[in-house]
Amino acid sequence: MKTAAKIHRRQFLKMTGISGTGLFLGLTYGLEATGKVVKIAKWHGAEGSVSLTPYIFIESSGQITIMNPRPEMGQGTFQALPGIIADELEISLDNVIIRQTSGEKQFDRQVSGGSRSVRGNYVLLRKVGASAREMLKKAASDKWKVPVEECYAEEGKIFHRPTGRNLSYGELAEAASKLDVPKDPPLKDPKDFKIIGKSAHRPDIKMKIAGKAIFGIDVEVPDMVYASVERSPVFGSKIISFDDSAAKKINGVLQVIKAERVVFGKTHYEGVAVIANNYWSALQGRKALKIDWDHQGFDKFNSNDYENKLRELAKSDGLVVFKQGDFDKAISESTSTIESLYETPMVSHSTMEPMNCVAHWKPDGTVEVWVSSQGPTLIKDELSKVFGIPQDNIKVNIMFNGGGFGRRLQSDYASEAAGISKAIGKPVKVIWTREDDTQLGPFRPMTFSAMKGGLDANGKILAFQHKVVSPSLSASRSATYDQSKPDGSMIEGISEQKYEIPNMKNHYVYAEFQIPISAWRSVTSSTLAFAHECFIDELAVKAKKDPLTFRQEMLTKDSDTKKLFTRLREFSNWDKPLPAGWGRGVAQYEFFAGLCGQVVEVSKQPNGSVRIEKVYAVIDLGTVVNPDNVKAQVEGGIVMGIVAATKDGIRFDKGQAIQTNFHNNRMMRINEMPVVEVDIIADGGPTIKGVGEPGLPPLAPALCNAIYACTGKRVRKLPVDLNKI
Amino acid sequence: MPSINLSINNKQYSFDADPQMPLLWAIRDFAGLKGTKFGCGISQCGACTVHLDGKPIRSCSFPVSAAAGHKITTIEGISANGDHPVQQAWIDMQVPQCGYCQSGQIMSAVALLVNNPKPTDEAINTAMQVNICRCGTYQRIRKAIHRAADIMAAEPKKAFGATIK
Repeated sequence: MKTAAKIHRRQFLKMTGISGTGLFLGLTYGLEATGKVVKIAKWHGAEGSVSLTPYIFIESSGQITIMNPRPEMGQGTFQALPGIIADELEISLDNVIIRQTSGEKQFDRQVSGGSRSVRGNYVLLRKVGASAREMLKKAASDKWKVPVEECYAEEGKIFHRPTGRNLSYGELAEAASKLDVPKDPPLKDPKDFKIIGKSAHRPDIKMKIAGKAIFGIDVEVPDMVYASVERSPVFGSKIISFDDSAAKKINGVLQVIKAERVVFGKTHYEGVAVIANNYWSALQGRKALKIDWDHQGFDKFNSNDYENKLRELAKSDGLVVFKQGDFDKAISESTSTIESLYETPMVSHSTMEPMNCVAHWKPDGTVEVWVSSQGPTLIKDELSKVFGIPQDNIKVNIMFNGGGFGRRLQSDYASEAAGISKAIGKPVKVIWTREDDTQLGPFRPMTFSAMKGGLDANGKILAFQHKVVSPSLSASRSATYDQSKPDGSMIEGISEQKYEIPNMKNHYVYAEFQIPISAWRSVTSSTLAFAHECFIDELAVKAKKDPLTFRQEMLTKDSDTKKLFTRLREFSNWDKPLPAGWGRGVAQYEFFAGLCGQVVEVSKQPNGSVRIEKVYAVIDLGTVVNPDNVKAQVEGGIVMGIVAATKDGIRFDKGQAIQTNFHNNRMMRINEMPVVEVDIIADGGPTIKGVGEPGLPPLAPALCNAIYACTGKRVRKLPVDLNKI
Repeated sequence: MPSINLSINNKQYSFDADPQMPLLWAIRDFAGLKGTKFGCGISQCGACTVHLDGKPIRSCSFPVSAAAGHKITTIEGISANGDHPVQQAWIDMQVPQCGYCQSGQIMSAVALLVNNPKPTDEAINTAMQVNICRCGTYQRIRKAIHRAADIMAAEPKKAFGATIK
């Protein structure tokens, strides 16, 4: 047996070109950078290793590689998804090599977005792991000529129960790989899970604390040059002419060319790229450019006028998107009514890693990119569309994302880099400055909400209306947006909250917009929840009821929301008095990504400012894969929610974003960090809910409801400056 | 272009570059040490934090010529195997999410603990305000700094300086 295995191993190595773990590691995504050049080589796993399913590769040495089909941007897919496979496969993740997929067809669409990575792959990846485990068991039972029922898997080995004999996965992989993949393998009993449901350490963290995780911006390939691109901060400007004579005199500058940024595959923005043998020279060259722009009237745009336009539009009806009961009759019969207009700003994604891409357009017409992106599938789609080349001619290497938040669902920065490489015939690294990243979008759109509500004589909501007035994400993305139909992404959740309100009529009013806008963590729920849940609070105040009791009384039927509030009331110590000068507010929001409820406690400071003291969050999941990581995601959603609610946002004047960098597009810092406590509801059930986004939407309304409780001031316009309440 | 000589993590580097080029790009693109990150270019986010003679500086706005003759330490230089107490604490508390800002966070934390082995939350807030984390890991950073202080206090004889001895 031993000899046979040895011979097999040698043959195997010859076949694959893999000569042991060392070299294998050198080819591996995301692992350690050694020496000057970060070595990124091609992955031949699919044609070389013994593959038990497309996701699992086992070498005869026992080394196991698991493919992660969702890019890692901080949300934890690098542990959660391989962990689901590993649990069913009965292995520890400790010695597994995890590789990011590259948009290969066998992994279907590979996109991190919509809080879908775990819930969308949970069953599939369990089956993947279980299939491989069953194949290995079958291979062992064939070798031993014993019934498969007498075999079991544990710690990377198959054991024969009656005799205690065992074979490692490495020894069985070749034979197992020749068996059929079972269609419906038995899944583990959840009580036997060793990884799923446990707060396991994330394997990427060890690299990230040592500066060894490779992000897109860290990639170097041989003969690579650098580029910085000057683009007009006014969207839609055309180049009349440019003078590059001074730029070309900068030491290190190699050439200057026109570049093109294509947003959403349809809108073309012009730019001038300075190519140099190092990034600093490219940047200096860019600063020395003289470009004459024709702004084509786009420089007239400003936020003040646009917001006035939205306020005007709020008086119109737009489209009715939801009806329940008879709102018009109910509002006229209400004992008391309230109307409020809520306003939110545009915000930037501001990932800590600015947009960047290394692209190599090769002489044979193929193109390879190394990029921080939320989706290799998206990069392939975009490059294929922009350049009219087949997907097979595009090779994508997905690196660790230094933040995504929806920004890296767009591939504009990758196609721009590919176009520059094509023009200069060399591999190029394009790095956006923070100013580029802040000013050039796409941005989270603003939404305005015109709210109307009526109470009956008992102080219960009789009539409720949420009218959204906003630009449209669909219109920004698509050239064929149909204004006669509501954009579903702009009315997220407004008709789906579980409150039992007898009469509702919701509207959507579309507003034209020239600035590119895109999904931002928790998409439109990040703004609509603010209006929706603050207005519920206003009605609670009008009804002279405790805001949480008021909500709970509207939830008589069983629902996850009802369960959530029961838990949140206890978890947040809602019924315990707060210190003098403090106030608390509550909010929840249920939308496509999932469900989270929060209680925020604030205090009034001697200088008149308001301080966020504490945030309690309860997230409802059904099933949880990594509880500690879920808590981290909710903590992060809360911080991002605080930034969007209380910092600068993005405003336009003369056609361009006023905010340029972190000094005037301020982010929250550690001294403003409240204590955050997170509780997870995971009591099984068929539905698995998302993790990455639900922690964000309740923050703004819970905060502003707390500000009301603390100060009596109702905030209806974000951002709110906590120093000037 | 003038020749620049730098000492980074006790290793000598020599290359030709614009003396006004920020130290950040020398570290990343000339010395090839990619752990130090570019975040803003104007000393606002701290992603580029390194130590100059043990003191934290923002390398994105520090001319490379001014760094010559000084000892520069980057994230790659604080420990040989990623086992500096601050790094251990960062793992214990599972601090990083995307991880992009964390080299800078760790460099600020290491410098803080050299001067203040038992920092209060207030002292942590003051020292760590220079570093932005967009993923929102601040609560864990606070906990991890306390944890690192405990680890270091438990091994008083071991010198956890800003550079490898």
